[in-house]
Amino acid sequence: MDWLLPAPDFRGALSDALKTADPNLRLAALARLAQFRLSYLETIQLDRALSAIATQPRGFQQVRLALLGAATVDHLVPAIRVAGLRRSLTVNIHVGRFGQYRQDVLEATSPLASFGPDVVLLAPSYREAIAGVSLGASRRESEEALAGTLDELRGLWRAARTRFGCTVIQQSYLDVTLPLFGNHDRLIAGAPSRLVARLNDRLADAASDESVLYLDVARWAARDGLDQWFDTARWLHAKMQISIEGSLPYGEAVARLLGAHYGRSKKCLVLDLDNTLWGGVVGDDGVEGIVLGEGSAAGEAYVALQEYAKGLAARGIVLAVCSKNDPSIAESAFGHPEMRLKRSDIAAFVANWADKAENLRVIAERLNLGLDSFVFVDDNPVERARVREALPMVAVPELPADPAHYVRCIADAGYFEGTALTEEDQSRTDEYAANVERDALRNTAGTVADFLGGLDMVTTFGPVRPVDLPRVTQLINKTNQFNTTARRMSAEEVAAAATAPENLVLQFRLADRFGDSGLVSVMLFEPADDDRDVLSLRNWVMSCRVFGRELEIEAMNIAVETAKSRGVRAFRADYVPTAKNSVVGGLFATLGFTETAGGSADGEHWALRLAEYEPKQSRIRREARADD
Amino acid sequence: MTDADILSRFTRILRDLLGDESIVLRRETVRSEVPGWDSFAYINFIAMVEAELGIKFRIADVEAFENVGDIVANAKTLLK
Repeated sequence: MDWLLPAPDFRGALSDALKTADPNLRLAALARLAQFRLSYLETIQLDRALSAIATQPRGFQQVRLALLGAATVDHLVPAIRVAGLRRSLTVNIHVGRFGQYRQDVLEATSPLASFGPDVVLLAPSYREAIAGVSLGASRRESEEALAGTLDELRGLWRAARTRFGCTVIQQSYLDVTLPLFGNHDRLIAGAPSRLVARLNDRLADAASDESVLYLDVARWAARDGLDQWFDTARWLHAKMQISIEGSLPYGEAVARLLGAHYGRSKKCLVLDLDNTLWGGVVGDDGVEGIVLGEGSAAGEAYVALQEYAKGLAARGIVLAVCSKNDPSIAESAFGHPEMRLKRSDIAAFVANWADKAENLRVIAERLNLGLDSFVFVDDNPVERARVREALPMVAVPELPADPAHYVRCIADAGYFEGTALTEEDQSRTDEYAANVERDALRNTAGTVADFLGGLDMVTTFGPVRPVDLPRVTQLINKTNQFNTTARRMSAEEVAAAATAPENLVLQFRLADRFGDSGLVSVMLFEPADDDRDVLSLRNWVMSCRVFGRELEIEAMNIAVETAKSRGVRAFRADYVPTAKNSVVGGLFATLGFTETAGGSADGEHWALRLAEYEPKQSRIRREARADD
Repeated sequence: MTDADILSRFTRILRDLLGDESIVLRRETVRSEVPGWDSFAYINFIAMVEAELGIKFRIADVEAFENVGDIVANAKTLLK
């Protein structure tokens, strides 16, 4: 985990944290400590301090995780919790009974049922999965044997979801088999290493079909070396399928998936220019003097970094530039023939001589993204230290000395862990480019009204269809700002909510003359427990890319009309404040709701009688969806 | 490395592992005398000692150690 800085004085920092009386401040201090590279012993100590804190402070997402394995998993707990803390997740872990993951999931009164998991992680053993397949088995026979294992796992996934309404993570099989023939093993249908490889391939397909999250420990071990993850002595002594030292990357791997699921993955990659995106200083060396492209090993290393950034952009990561440079000289470097990144790939470009921490704030504001979704990449240790100090929420990878390894370091750090690829992700760069044009219009338009009118906005809306589910789930779980209740939902829960006839679930797309922003908002109403003619707004999310366009007004107009046509009398809505959703603080009042009794600091209750609702004028036209 | 050096390193590791600053290991200490030093914590302890000293115990020896002195003596032979 070389991208993390080693802790300068772990013992001292931990002891200082433990002296902090206020549990919220203590948790914040422990979370800062979790950003460092820690040994197993340090991880255990940090976890012990974490366990002693009972309160649930704002800004931390609580996750109830069940760890169900065919082997010993207790030693994995501290590293998962500390890696969770690294992402502001407080992970409460239930360890299943040894080797009894099937019973835990299936039995009516298992301890797991009373725990009530948000997430179940299944970590079975290849030994069970391939037992009984003989070396001489035909290809068909061995595939059939594996199908049996996969069917059983599918059954467990479904049972876990149905019984606990949880998200399921399936772990891949670590291949610790021994060679029988050697190279030829992969050509023998019944050879253990071939069976494990086939099993993992088919497991990934099954997980994809069932929207189960896939924890690919086999790939991690291939990256780190199997001996980093598996230790025969620990297996023999304590049936540890993952070694004690291996628990550190394992915990990081699990926390990345949890982080992605709960909207804690990073969203924006901010890049320095000189000696980060190319070699040399463009202001001194000139555009033709920078080191970039074929012909030199170093030049190719910078190309590799640029191509990786472009690959991230293609899956929805926003790119920005933060450079100490003359702006016109910095821009001119993008005319270099070997530049893989184009100026249009960069959603926010800041080049000046000001403090980089200040510039990062400017970029965050311009992109309407939280600083805690930023990764800042800079070759200069002074700039890195400055940003870490001023903006501790920004992730700053500790780059290696040689630019050859920059790209690997950024990739290994796994900041951008994702669990879906949606249409909106793939067009995000275009979307930000369109935003630049919108900003230009905003600057020339006299008033906000002129600006909004000039956008020629149109919304298409309707119920959530199966094809919308990945994007809707992603939006619910990734949105931190316009999110009225901050309730996260698994894909399964979203699907169930969308198909329940008593619910009202609406999705909205927004387009204008500069481009299509895609599916950007979801409203999820359920009937109130005490009155079937009243709908409660369980959650309402909207992408930050379309804030300030009056979509919330038109969406509420549409929701009220649709609900009235079904005979609904009133809406109820909760606003549950979090560290990040203050943007919806005044929302319900603005839309004509009245605050009702029983609210507290943990949440406000609002209500709206539909008969009294007066539709508000927005500048968004409506268009029926083509297939409705 | 003297026996006393090794003992003090062992003490440090076990204190951190169990979160108990009152632990003082002596050659004759046995696991059952130390609250919380169960078989799971023992394997953790062995792994941490191995990492700290850069050695690997034989698995049969790990099962045969009767007191802390046995571990110290075995570690010394591996350190040579």
